[in-house]
Amino acid sequence: MAVTVSPERDVVATPVQRAIREAFYAGAIALGLFVLFIGLKTGQNISNELVLTTRWGLLATVVIATAVGRFLYVAYGQPFLANQKIADVATGLLPDSVATRFFRLPYFIAAIVIAALLLVLASSLDGLLGPGLAGYARFVRALAIIYALASVLFYFRAFIHAHFSALGVAALALYPIIVVLSLALYGGSMAAGFQGSLKWVDNFGIQILIYVMLAWGLNIVVGLAGLLDLGYVAFYAVGAYAYALLGTQYGLSFWILLPAAGAMAAFWGVLLGFPVLRLRGDYLAIVTLAFGEIIRLVLINWREVTNGSAGISGIPKVTFFGLMTFNVSDPNYIAKVLNIATSSAYYKIFLYYLILGLCLLTAFVTIRLRRMPVGRAWEALREDEIACRSLGINTTTTKLTAFATGAMFGGFAGSFFAARQGFVSPESFIFLESAIILAIVVLGGMGSLVGIAVAAMVMIGGTEVLRELDFLKQVFGPDFTPELYRMLLFGMAMVIVMLWKPRGFVGSREPTAFLKERRAVSSSFTKEGHG
Amino acid sequence: MQYFVQQLINGLTLGSIYGLIAIGYTMVYGIIGMINFAHGDIFMVGAFTALIVFLILGAMFYSVPVVVALLVMMIVAMLLTSLYNWTIEKVAYRPLRGSFRLAPLITAIGMSIALSNFVQVTQGPRNKPIPPMVSQVYNINGISVSLKQIIIVVVTALLLALFWYLVNKTSLGRAQRACEQDRKMAALLGIDVDRTISITFIMGAALAAVAGTLFLMYYGVIAFSDGFVPGVKAFTAAVLGGIGSLPGAVLGGLMIGFIESMWSAYFSIDYKDVAAFSILAIVLIFLPSGILGRPEVEKV
Repeated sequence: MAVTVSPERDVVATPVQRAIREAFYAGAIALGLFVLFIGLKTGQNISNELVLTTRWGLLATVVIATAVGRFLYVAYGQPFLANQKIADVATGLLPDSVATRFFRLPYFIAAIVIAALLLVLASSLDGLLGPGLAGYARFVRALAIIYALASVLFYFRAFIHAHFSALGVAALALYPIIVVLSLALYGGSMAAGFQGSLKWVDNFGIQILIYVMLAWGLNIVVGLAGLLDLGYVAFYAVGAYAYALLGTQYGLSFWILLPAAGAMAAFWGVLLGFPVLRLRGDYLAIVTLAFGEIIRLVLINWREVTNGSAGISGIPKVTFFGLMTFNVSDPNYIAKVLNIATSSAYYKIFLYYLILGLCLLTAFVTIRLRRMPVGRAWEALREDEIACRSLGINTTTTKLTAFATGAMFGGFAGSFFAARQGFVSPESFIFLESAIILAIVVLGGMGSLVGIAVAAMVMIGGTEVLRELDFLKQVFGPDFTPELYRMLLFGMAMVIVMLWKPRGFVGSREPTAFLKERRAVSSSFTKEGHG
Repeated sequence: MQYFVQQLINGLTLGSIYGLIAIGYTMVYGIIGMINFAHGDIFMVGAFTALIVFLILGAMFYSVPVVVALLVMMIVAMLLTSLYNWTIEKVAYRPLRGSFRLAPLITAIGMSIALSNFVQVTQGPRNKPIPPMVSQVYNINGISVSLKQIIIVVVTALLLALFWYLVNKTSLGRAQRACEQDRKMAALLGIDVDRTISITFIMGAALAAVAGTLFLMYYGVIAFSDGFVPGVKAFTAAVLGGIGSLPGAVLGGLMIGFIESMWSAYFSIDYKDVAAFSILAIVLIFLPSGILGRPEVEKV
């Protein structure tokens, strides 16, 4: 019996034909999405009424860019990727294929030459090229340096992989010293080195490490115990306000209040834990979210104590274990005691090491706890609650300890945050923060400390880097502020990373309990966040 | 008593808006089991679309009857907002269907951040006020009912009736309910699951767009960040009513509306959101699957 099957259009159409069709659809959709939002802009006129201005040129650019991008992807990108995959399977290059093609010796030498050349010319760049091109040249230089460093890392990848944790800790411990020394060399004096290091140690170092600590703390709740917590920022807030209030009202020292803030946050963790013990999955998620919002709303509205939205300022600085302080006016100011030049960088560097220490404490506790009965109970609970119960695990205490431990680290991070800022307000503890922390945990690969640290570095560091891209002003005009696009790009990066690696950066994990031989388990085999 | 009835009317208005948004949450949850975190921002996009259409109408015509203006705003907002939700589902959720549970949640949060910041970048961060569209207020026995409130309640009731018909009486609704019960079986029986899910997102977005238009008409102001709070409250409403249940979403929305207006009237306006969230927590302690939700039976 002859059956005629009418061929699918996609089979007959060549990639280019298909691409043209897809590009047309993409352009049409982009036009529909953006016609009102990019094509028109609402602005206020002098009498404060809303008026529309048109931006048809920008709209056309965006729509055409979408269509062309789609065309190129379907016509050339997809076939190229498919061919590469086949070629890689044939040559057996699969695991590192993209990277080996990307990092090659000639490229490496070229990058070194470019970087060196531009570094030598650094001071005369503006004169040679004019301010516009010099901005590009600096950007190219930064890219070349990053590429060269990445190549070196890639070359030693086997060694790095084998000693990752030790190398990572060493690199983090040396980071401020390297920054200060290299900037001192560049600027010609130690003072310039300290002054220049402020941005790198504070904006990048401390900022990223705070998120690493928060994400590691949340990892205990979400990654280990599998309880989806959307209100983690509440414990961060409790810790921050505990230090801010007790520090300003009673003048207690940071070193007393740090454990106190942790204990208080843990207490709140248990308080939250009790009502949600019976809830599962998404019900748990919404109640934790509600809890986070309640804490924030109370902070805003309980004005007698928290000073409302205005926040609390003048929070005392951390002292050097009570021996030295970081206030210039104090008799035992660190520079006076050690007889060195005054600089605000000492405090930042000290804070850097403090948060690094707290991070390492979190990591240490997490690693040790995973080998203790309670840690194993958490992981068992994540995988199957009913099996846990039937094996005699007390799920109540198991869940509550997970909440309390996670919350405690959030509290530590909060009091550190208050000390670093010198000011806290409810603005810092919005849901977005919880979402960012959760995103870091999931993007890093739940349960994997290394993956989470990498995710924090990429996501938080990446958005901080946007502040540095001044050369874009030359491209898009002086009104262009890259910071404005920070959260837009952050949101899109979350989506893209998740689509690219749904299991996170580190998709496999070491088992805590194993028989004879330790074998990494693909995380596709484990359940997470079921609550 | 008059005061109480007054608050009841305010609560009903507020609850209608929450209910319309909550349906989007609950339908998406019912069919693919994910929390569509971007739904609050879809609501905001709807309201913003309505705002821009309002301004276009104002700029192009000297005067438009309010009914026509509202209708045009609503229809354009429904169309464009549906396009947004459809695109988002296709780009951010569909590739992750069948992946582990938290993956689409994270892309949804990412989409929510991206959407609100997209509107901030393109339209500016300031509040966008519009002149009042309808200002009639009727006074019945000392209770004042504004025309705005009547429009909101009537439009919501009409839409809910239409929606009820769609879900319960048409083949599309049957396909949706089938996908909700067992997606694989529905696919085996010849239901285009992808299409059904797309339509679910489109319907949710259309209702959110109507809610956005009504919100804009009621409050007369919108900002890029206005999606979050109504979104969270609507989600709370959906959970309170029992997530996955359509009557539950409406009931939950009304309850949240009543709690809010009663609490601000009799206790303190500052803590109205705290009250709504606390009542959610308390209800869930005693009814862990919401008021009308089916209890989840766990099989070993």
